[in-house]
Amino acid sequence: MTAPPPNIVAEHGLSGEEYERILDILGRAPNHLELGIFSVMWSEHCSYKSSKVWLKTLPTTAPWVIHGPGENAGAVDIGGGLAAIFKMESHNHPSFIEPYQGAATGVGGILRDVFTMGARPIANLNALRFGDPNHPKTRHLLAGVVAGIGGYGNCVGVPTVGGEVNFDPGYNGNILVNAMTVGIAPKDRIFTSQASGVGNSIVYTGSKTGRDGIHGATMASAEFGEGAEEKRPTVQVGDPFTEKLLIEACLELMATDAIVAIQDMGAAGLTSSSFEMASKGGLGVELDLDRVPCREDGMTPYEMMLSESQERMLMVLKPGREDLARGVFEKWDLDFAVIGRLTDTGRMVLRMHGETVGDLPIDPLAEAAPEYRRPYEDTPEAPAIAPSAVPAPDDTGAALRRLLGSPDLCSRRWIWEQYDHMVMADTVQRPGGDAAVVRIHGTTRALAITTDCTPRYCQAAPHLGGAQAVAEAWRNLTAVGARPLAVTDNLNFGNPERPAVMGQFAGCVQGIGEACRALEFPVVSGNVSLYNETNGKAIPPTAAIGGVGLIEDLERTADIALKAAGEALVLIGETRGHLGASLYLREVADRREGAPPPVDLAAERRNGDFVRGLIGAGTVTTCHDLSDGGLAVALAEMALAGDLGAQVTPPEDPALPPLHAWLFGEDQARYLVTVPTSEPVLEAARRAGVPAVRIGTTGGDALTLPGGQPIFVAELRAAHETWLPAYMGETPAD
Amino acid sequence: MKAAVIVFPGSNCDRDVQVALAQAMARHAQKGGGGGTPTMVWHKDSDFEAVDLIVLPGGFSYGDYLRCGAMAAQSPVMKEVMRRAGKGVPVLGICNGFQILTEAGLLPGALVRNANLKFVCRDVTLRIETSQSLFTARYEAGAKIRVPVAHHDGNYIAADEDFERMEERGQIAFRYCAPDGTLTTAANPNGSARNVAGVFNETKTVLGLMPHPERLAEDALGGTDGRPLFDGLVEALS
Repeated sequence: MTAPPPNIVAEHGLSGEEYERILDILGRAPNHLELGIFSVMWSEHCSYKSSKVWLKTLPTTAPWVIHGPGENAGAVDIGGGLAAIFKMESHNHPSFIEPYQGAATGVGGILRDVFTMGARPIANLNALRFGDPNHPKTRHLLAGVVAGIGGYGNCVGVPTVGGEVNFDPGYNGNILVNAMTVGIAPKDRIFTSQASGVGNSIVYTGSKTGRDGIHGATMASAEFGEGAEEKRPTVQVGDPFTEKLLIEACLELMATDAIVAIQDMGAAGLTSSSFEMASKGGLGVELDLDRVPCREDGMTPYEMMLSESQERMLMVLKPGREDLARGVFEKWDLDFAVIGRLTDTGRMVLRMHGETVGDLPIDPLAEAAPEYRRPYEDTPEAPAIAPSAVPAPDDTGAALRRLLGSPDLCSRRWIWEQYDHMVMADTVQRPGGDAAVVRIHGTTRALAITTDCTPRYCQAAPHLGGAQAVAEAWRNLTAVGARPLAVTDNLNFGNPERPAVMGQFAGCVQGIGEACRALEFPVVSGNVSLYNETNGKAIPPTAAIGGVGLIEDLERTADIALKAAGEALVLIGETRGHLGASLYLREVADRREGAPPPVDLAAERRNGDFVRGLIGAGTVTTCHDLSDGGLAVALAEMALAGDLGAQVTPPEDPALPPLHAWLFGEDQARYLVTVPTSEPVLEAARRAGVPAVRIGTTGGDALTLPGGQPIFVAELRAAHETWLPAYMGETPAD
Repeated sequence: MKAAVIVFPGSNCDRDVQVALAQAMARHAQKGGGGGTPTMVWHKDSDFEAVDLIVLPGGFSYGDYLRCGAMAAQSPVMKEVMRRAGKGVPVLGICNGFQILTEAGLLPGALVRNANLKFVCRDVTLRIETSQSLFTARYEAGAKIRVPVAHHDGNYIAADEDFERMEERGQIAFRYCAPDGTLTTAANPNGSARNVAGVFNETKTVLGLMPHPERLAEDALGGTDGRPLFDGLVEALS
């Protein structure tokens, strides 16, 4: 076997040091195929070589956790003999290059991670970040990503029920597409990728292998420079119809006893799936590449092993179950081929045309992947900004309209109306609230699901931003009455080889860990996306958190809509009027600075547990968490959802911050609820040591804020609903 | 009543309509009628048991990679569905099922891409155009109901002479309307001609509609306006 020239090594994204390590492991130079396999397996995307040391610090256990990180997705016990299985994963690089297919295959990939474990997917969410609306590519990217997510999710018939969207010039060269899937499986029938049984058949099923997506994982592990679009051939093409068939066929076969282990072919395709199964089982594999179903003639072993063609699965079957499995997959018109077997050699041996074309030891390659403790610099602390140092608006109503109509806060209806959010007929709370609520089919229980991150907080103070993202997810689940169970994290950052970026990463992970510990909200799955930078400019650090909670009784939930006139508005949690890094500061005062609001995890927990108790007792059916834009925006959203006004009077309190800070401050751990009479709730709050104060009354067709004229709800609606459709070039229907 | 839900590869509202019908059958059983659950029939089956109602569910049969419903209209099971429809067995096609029925020639007209070229999923208001049918007997003519749509190709078209005949014979089942019942462009989610949301065949034994009544047939899901369609069918066919 001849040694590859140095430029080929570099083109495979391997450092000189890593290449030396390959020579040590093999005791010889790798051939081209073997080099390609090392390249994808040791890519940042597959190996987590820069992030692993930090990820190990996250809390991953709780009595209800069944599978933490390390499997295709995390699994938690939700009672009734069932488990919720979920994960969030990025498809950032491909979506920037080719938004429709990039986003579509992102959805396909995360769905496979979930149903591979035996779960029927019941909900999709997505956390999206785009560049400046005025950037020439933003409109095209937004249109393509939304169409791609819808095109895939709608066709497979899994409702897309929620998510979040931000716009920031920091994403001009690198958008973020983070897709989350939640599924439900019988708790005692969860499937993993750990192979066992020497001699057992390795079976390939799903779509045929083509030449698409070769080196996708390596591409996703490098920065973009000029001409990123030229990498389009590394983007895969999705086929949601085949995915739908694959879901049904896999679930049908999983109901039998045929499967020993199963793994989807995602990043690094056949290479990583076969390695992972063998490595987890401490075994070897022999693959006969002549048997791999191929889309084109004349594909080389290199192409087959590195292809990232979508909608493919690898399984280890019990002896004698091949015909049963073949029957199921043929019923669904899917390819099915026995392509190899498990061995006890601990090696991966690849054969084609009767020759050995690759021979690699599995453990050193999969387990001894490089792991770096990269140098990092802490992000300099942002100065706190006193509420009085931020000017009050000339007109409170105008400021509110401006916030409600801003790209980051305006209605996302244009997006979610392109997603089928009701298929499966279990969507109880549709998009637009604090968390999506999806019924557990055939029961009166439900899962609450949310995704959250405030990138401007992560940028100003990574540690705090990481904690805040977790706290907000926990709060959003609480606000619908759910008991928060666990999270999946999707960590999007720039180039980890730069200490400033690594500092952001370390800070966010530490903050996430701290909040997850304090809230008993462990991390059960996740994904890291690094090298999100173009021409040396990194994205804002974006630690997206996907949270899942359990609602025991659908009769005891809350949503954000005001429901009846004459009810008392009660604000729960302490308001100091924190305006640093707030949306008010950015959108109204045109300043991007300051420290984000502090996160007090003890208060977060105390206030949240109190609110959940109110909802569980049936005392409260309208509840909204306070976040971007503070009290005024939360109240406006509640008025819009219920098509009902309210009159607000600030409490008489000498410590009250300036009015605009009271209205627009983004202090954490707060909720706004309505109750027929406030006194019992205020009394219960006093007993629980939770700050609570009555701030007004519902009613009428306008919102009356202190220091301003009444604003009609219809006027707020126009401000809220206009920006996005207009930006996307739609004229309102007559 | 016995009902069959036809499952094509890519159907994805098959379970939803099965549940809505089973719930209607359970309600009927509480009043002394027979209960039961619709059976699922696989698209490769060229024969299936005798039933009182055949349902073609929503979804993306065969991926809708060709014209929506065109592939499904040619599948083995559809020959049997067409034969039975010809004998008067009631057939209900929802969303993709409606598209299949027009492709199979069981209903007039065609469904083309939405006027704004985008998938649309939202609640719409429908006006009941007639209560003189198996499917709409439990509604009052002129009543307004709220049910969701979720489709990319729901823009109904038909030749003018077809429309005239259909209007004359009362073959228009539902139209998209404003909450006050007027037929406006804003209330029409997909650009359908004459705001048509659902149509019957000449004998009113076959109904196709783009909206999903099965998705708002339970209080827990936010509404029950779709329920009378299923209750009416169960009552009439039991």
